[in-house]
Amino acid sequence: MESRFTRGKSPLLERPLGRPRGEVSLSAFALLFCPVWRALFGKEADKLEQANDDDKTFYVIEREPLVNTFISVPRENSTLNCAAFTAGLVEAVLGASGFPAKVTAHWHKGTTLMIKFEEGVIARDKSLEGR
Amino acid sequence: MHLMNSELFTLTYGALVTQLCKDYENDEDVNKQLDKMGYNIGVRLIEDFLARSNVGRCHDFRETADVIAKIAFKMYLGITPSITNWSPGGDEFSLILENNPLVDFVELPDNHSTLIYSNLLCGVLRGALEMVQMAVDVKFVQDTLKGDSVTEIRMKFIRRIEDNLPAGEE
Repeated sequence: MESRFTRGKSPLLERPLGRPRGEVSLSAFALLFCPVWRALFGKEADKLEQANDDDKTFYVIEREPLVNTFISVPRENSTLNCAAFTAGLVEAVLGASGFPAKVTAHWHKGTTLMIKFEEGVIARDKSLEGR
Repeated sequence: MHLMNSELFTLTYGALVTQLCKDYENDEDVNKQLDKMGYNIGVRLIEDFLARSNVGRCHDFRETADVIAKIAFKMYLGITPSITNWSPGGDEFSLILENNPLVDFVELPDNHSTLIYSNLLCGVLRGALEMVQMAVDVKFVQDTLKGDSVTEIRMKFIRRIEDNLPAGEE
């Protein structure tokens, strides 16, 4: 896989994580994340995005998350998204590997996991950029 | 065929049982809940099983045992238990599981010695068979978690269910 960390502007990934040819800019987070997702679910996450206005927040978008298979949510519980289970899992994985964050699940374009990293993580990432 | 990460499965089941232990405080209640949850899974899983496996109706309990051990267990848990200890009347048998994916990495602490950790499986078998008109009794008689050398599930045929009840919910 040809990839390179690029420094400078925030890396905005707005495409599915297929293997593109040529140079690819990836944040350390994305590089960490893909193998985890693949190990858990046998596929890559449909989409990985960073928020436009906030460098702490990333979104993982899955059209049909594994945990929601067979689940139909009745209308009175419409805010319930069982992918919250996956959100907890991701939060624990990130925390244990040194990227503390808060992860929540939302109904958006299918199911979106919103990952909000703590200040320290982003600060550290930026300070590494100087290297 | 859709395969999944077995560790994720095992750890999810472990999280489930741990949460139940916190919620119910005593092993008997947890065992009952696991059985109930298993039942609710079983009554639905049978449809997925029949759709994917394409097996026809079983003619007797022996055929049923074969299908359960060689097709169903293989399909859902990736293991093939052996069938032994048939009763003389042919209405009871044992499934011997040499390894049980639900209990990888698991140890039962001393204060939960009466917990039937994999009791969900009993509920699943009971619920699924009920949907194909068989009332059965399923229970664990040996468990590697409790120090036995194998895990043994005893299945007993009670009776045929003649009425067509709608999918049960407990």
